[in-house]
Amino acid sequence: MALTAADVARLGELARIRLTDEELAHLAPQLDVILASVARVTEVAGADVPPTSHALPLTNVFRDDVVIPSLPAEAVLAAAPAVEDGRFRVPRILGEEA
Amino acid sequence: MSILTASAAELSARLASGELSAREVAQAHLDQIEAVDDRVKAFLYVDGERALAAADAVDARRAAGEQLGPLAGIPLAMKDIFTMTGAPTTCGSRILEGWRPPYNSTITQKLIDAGVVVLGKTNMDEFAMGSSTENSGFFTTHNPWDNTRIPGGSGGGSAAALAAFEAPLAIGTDTGGSIRQPASVTGTVGVKPTYGGTSRYGVVAMASSLDTPGPCARSVLDAALLHSVMAGWDPRDSTSINAPVPDVVGAARSGDIAGMRIGVVTEFGGEGYQPGVEQRFREALAILEGLGAEIVEVSCPHFDYALAAYYLIMPSEVSSNLARFDAMRYGLRIGDDGQHSTEEVMNLTRGAGFGAEAKRRIIIGTYALSSGYYDAYYGSAQKVRTLITRDFDAAFGQVDVLVSPTTPTTAFTIGERVDDPLAMYKADLCTIPSNLAGNCAASIPCGLSPDDGLPVGFQVMAPPLADDRLYRVGAALERELASRWGGGLLDGLASSPAGAYLNVGGVR
Repeated sequence: MALTAADVARLGELARIRLTDEELAHLAPQLDVILASVARVTEVAGADVPPTSHALPLTNVFRDDVVIPSLPAEAVLAAAPAVEDGRFRVPRILGEEA
Repeated sequence: MSILTASAAELSARLASGELSAREVAQAHLDQIEAVDDRVKAFLYVDGERALAAADAVDARRAAGEQLGPLAGIPLAMKDIFTMTGAPTTCGSRILEGWRPPYNSTITQKLIDAGVVVLGKTNMDEFAMGSSTENSGFFTTHNPWDNTRIPGGSGGGSAAALAAFEAPLAIGTDTGGSIRQPASVTGTVGVKPTYGGTSRYGVVAMASSLDTPGPCARSVLDAALLHSVMAGWDPRDSTSINAPVPDVVGAARSGDIAGMRIGVVTEFGGEGYQPGVEQRFREALAILEGLGAEIVEVSCPHFDYALAAYYLIMPSEVSSNLARFDAMRYGLRIGDDGQHSTEEVMNLTRGAGFGAEAKRRIIIGTYALSSGYYDAYYGSAQKVRTLITRDFDAAFGQVDVLVSPTTPTTAFTIGERVDDPLAMYKADLCTIPSNLAGNCAASIPCGLSPDDGLPVGFQVMAPPLADDRLYRVGAALERELASRWGGGLLDGLASSPAGAYLNVGGVR
């Protein structure tokens, strides 16, 4: 299957991780080896086998809708990288041309 | 016996009788951390003032005549994955450096309510991804038995703190073996409870369908005492099991295994397994047989596919869970210069803040979940998960517990596997099936490998919600081995030249 550095860069962008050229050169062959190794799951995954997403036989879990106090805004904002007027300040969300 | 080498159960009795104060116990452990942690590097963060204040509060409550639980005044080392107010939670990652969570995890709160004295937060592989602590964003923890070796991972800091007598109790999380494998290579006890038996609320998520908090200790009884405080239904965790906690303390005190059927997993042994590990494992089996258990061989054919399935399911969940580290609401932010867009700031922050293993796993997960590959990778892995659960079901129809070595080798050398991810992943070969199926499992020390003199772990696996069986078997093995050795495995380290720097020898 041979993942190229360009493939890994593309996956990195999808995952919002900027990778350096050095990282790409290192990661591509490593990921190839790992993916080749894990591909053997297909050997036994027959069409008749149902998938398991979770170990517990739980479906939906409900609770009563009870009002409880929220965390104080100051406690939450204290951890933020940037705050303005009692809110999270974030970089612009639109592209250059917008 | 000195404060440092005493078990939590012994300390509890001495605190209750008034022979010791919680402050003395806390101070002795803080002094030990001060003396040896430069070498061991188990802790990312220690707060002596807070620990002493918590100890004083316990002493005051006891002086006022209050009835306290068995762990009141007992110090504990907390893996840095559990949130605790008033202290940083990094999860071993630079992306969370300096983050102080605004709430306690359910388990943190239970420990505080029980009067447990938290000494600090322990080192771990970044976001619990690794088998050696070498993936920590801060530093590598050293195995107290041999400082050139890894302490296991991801919970290597918690296991090393126990083995270095820096704390009598610790907690960890086990997603693929992160409690059991460190326990195995440090000669300590580690338990992965039944999935859903311990709350994940306030535990930084790695792979949510697998993550299981659990107890770490130097004895089976201590682990049981901690287990019973940690466990129980939590309405804040939607995957928490609403069922009574099994009587793990009673089982640990009993250790009666007469008539128990013990199944040896035939797939776990042979090529890739260190001869000394297999030898100690076989000797432990003979001991259990001598105590009245019946030993049978059981085949679990799909366990051979567990590692492959795990390295698809776990990274898929990781790629989703770690999306929350987006540089917007907390944690690191890079490139916020008024020019870069939010997307670009996320790219730069995550590129700088995550280490190599986190990046590998996020990218594998992104690939495995992408359209065109989903069915072949993630879909097939989910089917293997079913097959492994069926293997367990069939096995537990024939036997009460399954056993294997915890990990195929003793502690490897620091640096040995960092450039070979697959070799690193194989450390979890025997522990992963129980995470995929959600049943409970534990690692109990069963001796030192004759080829290198390092600890070997004996894994016990039991059906979901039968956690008490782990403690029954563990206590039986521990008791018989201690009577042969004249003490526990770590007492041997304390009195040996290799453990002289720990300065706890000869005080038995």
